[in-house]
Amino acid sequence: MARRPRSLLGIEHLTPDDITGLLRLAKRLHNGRPRPLLRDRRVALLFYEASTRTRTSFEYAAKALGAQTALISSQSSSIEKGESLVDTGYTLQALGAQLIVMRHPSSGAAATLSRVVDIPVVNAGDGMHEHPSQALLDAYTMIRHHKNLRGLRIAIVGDIYHSRVARSNVFLLTKFGAQVTLCGPPELLPDVATTLGKGVRITRHLDDAIRGADVVMMLRIQKERLVHRHLNLQEYIAAYQLTSERLKLAKRDALLMHPGPIVRGLELTDEVADGPQSVIREQVANGVPVRMAILATAVGVA
Amino acid sequence: MSAAHKNGSILLKGGRVVDPAQNIDAEMDVLLRDGLVAELAPKGKTRGSADESFDARGLIVAPGFIDLHVHLREPGQSHKETITTGTRAAAAGGFTSVCCMPNTDPVNDSAKITAWMLEPARGAVVNVFPLAAATLGSEGKQLTDYAALQKAGAVAVTDDGKPILDDNVMRDALRLAGSLNLPVVQHAEDTRLTAHCSMNEGATAFRLGLRGMSADAEGNVVERDVNLARQINSHLHVAHISTAAALKAVRRGKKSRARVSCEVTPHHFTLVDENVGEYNTNFKMNPPLRSAADREAILAALDDGTIDAIATDHAPHAAHEKNVEFDRAPFGITGLETALALAITRLNREHKIPLTRIVELLSTNPARIFSLRGRGSLMKGGHADVTVFDPAKRWAFEAAKSLSKSKNTPFDGWQFVGKVVATIVAGKFVHRNG
Repeated sequence: MARRPRSLLGIEHLTPDDITGLLRLAKRLHNGRPRPLLRDRRVALLFYEASTRTRTSFEYAAKALGAQTALISSQSSSIEKGESLVDTGYTLQALGAQLIVMRHPSSGAAATLSRVVDIPVVNAGDGMHEHPSQALLDAYTMIRHHKNLRGLRIAIVGDIYHSRVARSNVFLLTKFGAQVTLCGPPELLPDVATTLGKGVRITRHLDDAIRGADVVMMLRIQKERLVHRHLNLQEYIAAYQLTSERLKLAKRDALLMHPGPIVRGLELTDEVADGPQSVIREQVANGVPVRMAILATAVGVA
Repeated sequence: MSAAHKNGSILLKGGRVVDPAQNIDAEMDVLLRDGLVAELAPKGKTRGSADESFDARGLIVAPGFIDLHVHLREPGQSHKETITTGTRAAAAGGFTSVCCMPNTDPVNDSAKITAWMLEPARGAVVNVFPLAAATLGSEGKQLTDYAALQKAGAVAVTDDGKPILDDNVMRDALRLAGSLNLPVVQHAEDTRLTAHCSMNEGATAFRLGLRGMSADAEGNVVERDVNLARQINSHLHVAHISTAAALKAVRRGKKSRARVSCEVTPHHFTLVDENVGEYNTNFKMNPPLRSAADREAILAALDDGTIDAIATDHAPHAAHEKNVEFDRAPFGITGLETALALAITRLNREHKIPLTRIVELLSTNPARIFSLRGRGSLMKGGHADVTVFDPAKRWAFEAAKSLSKSKNTPFDGWQFVGKVVATIVAGKFVHRNG
């Protein structure tokens, strides 16, 4: 990897080489003994939105590399007093932060922040836009099981419209020649979604999406972002809930993935979530080495 | 703008006079005296003498441009713009008259506020024609006192930015305004469909994870308004039209003899939604930049006469207000100083729309739409409001040098063809350039 510091705002503008480099580094960090690549560096974790997995794994990843971390969340900081995003960025930089990891409810917030600070910004999820570290850890997980992304048949099911995970995954997977099928009702999956990447296909039928798939990725309905979209949950469950029966339509060695948080009994059943094909918890675990690679690359020490 | 020209006279010599209202496109001299057009004569044939003569050879001499849609932000938001700074920017852009929107703070819904805007103390350097709110507080419920507002100087009524959605209120507004010969100006947007939206619906919005406004949210309102205007036989003016669907409704209305006119902004005939790029808030305005197909429809409508006017929707915002998350940034961009250049560069040079048509869109028609008597033409006895421009001059726009108090423009650094050389209001230079 290049040794210059740089932001990770999204997957869309990365090259396949950038991505491969990050994933290789993640693998090295995963297998080897932790190295203090970020010794005494200051990493600010700026969280404007709730998070369990992403926040904790970025924090563990930073600490595993020897960094000092500070968590700033919107509830207990001057953000509550109305400090703007730009001013918060200036403040963190003045405090000596050498990298900002940010989660924010507005699409594009990471891009906005990166334009004003001189330190790298790592996007930990911006609104409905991108969640690059999630897509990278998803790819990492898929590669561990399926060796290669090329030609993989991947179904992404559920609330695509509101999902930054879906966008980042489609950008990443289509760069490597995976065949992506998006599945969901029109309210959550407009036709325009096919424009996200090469060869992206849409189906409204879950069975159609799952049949022959190598990976089935289920998404949560983001009730907090629904605004004016009305959705009958009973109908949704009937049409789109992943059950053990339905999962049988996928290849025998198909992976069941979910970025979390899962809502048991809604997008998937207990049986599926805890079943043998589920790699949901492995995804979470893989988040740490992948985020170590992201941080080291962003700071330019990898 | 010196006192020397007070009550004085100016002879504009040898320019190409383009005055569509009189069907003139010829090299002529124009003599301005005491704030009026005194003579318009073939080169060297004016009889009167002048205190000052201005060599206009190689330049276009046009009736002063009239911007039907600007936000001057006073009263209440003078950190964005004042009537003084806004009209200075107007003068630099060749506009001799600007029509200012009522979404000030407080809203211009009373004769008192309208009159305040027109006081000499505001320091306007070009003519200001306020539009008044169509309903109290622009809340869409109770009509304002149109007769009193008109008497105070309002030239039209509108709830710009807060469209009138209630059919009955719109009907009443058209009836009352119609009885006074005031146009009702509508910002056509079904806001029930556009909550939390920050750009046009489409592939770009989807990719950026931004909620998009549908073309129907504009088209449906224009469709309804055109039907009401036809039934009531009142004048409807559609502000900043931006979609093929809305243009279709206007075209149909005009065919059925409805009294409907519409304006388009330079940014809508120049840019498309893709230009938002990576969340550049200087490309965020309402209506939003639309699809390439919509822009094509706009260019066709400029060509075939469906669109009557070019208006800037000059909407200044302070830097700190725009330098925020895209979905939290206010809508609007400045536009007074780039309108002519965009019209010439995009419409004339690229799309071969003749200069006479551009003058019609910037002056002749706007004067007619808001019934600004004695303006929009260089007819003898009319107001000596003149815009002189060089249609071939190449230049680069620098936002930092803008005379507007705000610099929120998407056109910073753009290379243009066509530049204002002089702006004359009531027979006095208010802007002169090299």
